[in-house]
Amino acid sequence: MWKWFHQLASPPHFYRIAPAFSTWLLLPGLALIAYGVYSGLFLAPMDYQQGDAFRIIYIHVPSAYLSLMAYMIVAVAGGIGLIWRMKLAHAVAASAAPLGAWFTFLALATGSIWGRPMWGTWWEWADPRMMSELILLFFYFGYMALRAAIDDTAKADKASALLALVGVVNVIIVHYSVEWWSSLHQGQTIMAEGGPAMDPGMLYPLLANIFGFTLLFGSLLLRRTRTEVLFRERRTRWVKEMILAPEGQS
Amino acid sequence: MESLAMGGYGAYVWTCFGLAAVVLIINEWRVRARQEAVYKEIEVRIKALEDSA
Repeated sequence: MWKWFHQLASPPHFYRIAPAFSTWLLLPGLALIAYGVYSGLFLAPMDYQQGDAFRIIYIHVPSAYLSLMAYMIVAVAGGIGLIWRMKLAHAVAASAAPLGAWFTFLALATGSIWGRPMWGTWWEWADPRMMSELILLFFYFGYMALRAAIDDTAKADKASALLALVGVVNVIIVHYSVEWWSSLHQGQTIMAEGGPAMDPGMLYPLLANIFGFTLLFGSLLLRRTRTEVLFRERRTRWVKEMILAPEGQS
Repeated sequence: MESLAMGGYGAYVWTCFGLAAVVLIINEWRVRARQEAVYKEIEVRIKALEDSA
């Protein structure tokens, strides 16, 4: 087991195996999203309070979930990189941040668009869920700006990992904001006490989209990390040998 | 047409699904473009070094 982990953390080994793993995640991910989107849009019953506007949930919830999960990946991978000095972990953290920022943007945008017909406003500055999610986006921007501002990769890895770990507090606030404070945002739906508070016809497409988006995210993260590994290792012997090999693996 | 109208919420619902498609396509394109650019840059540098050696 440890040998397998050790081997996986080796940059040349990771570079070679990442495309295959990425495809295994991408194809089922796309299939799940195709089912989730079609069923969510056309087969799921209409919500008795929100009408068809509730169908925005099929984009909003998966992207909001990924915005938090991606941040935890950035923080945990950064922490692993700091403690065990694993180069691959820092590459994962650096690659997950831009993806997380995109999904945070998508969660904020779809939430705002959903809020207009349901709450009568695009944005509410005093709402704890909206504000903590916006702060999450700023944490991503701060993380990426910090990395970009430091030329030395090793120093950038350390400083950005520390920032990411501090930001975990905000992830906890985003998650519990609807329970701790009064919010326009609805409470937990899938993880509600006593089981999901949704009709199965609505729930299954949502679960499909959550898993589908997660697999797609995994595929994108693997390929982004692979490129990051290649860039970081550009002066090493294995990269030189790979480039000069007759079959040249891109 | 009725299913496209989404009971009057069509503009909101379709904008969200469209936005998601755009975000996913941009990310897929960026991943491929960056890999190609980094690989090309390293390839040019290494081959130039080999030629000058």
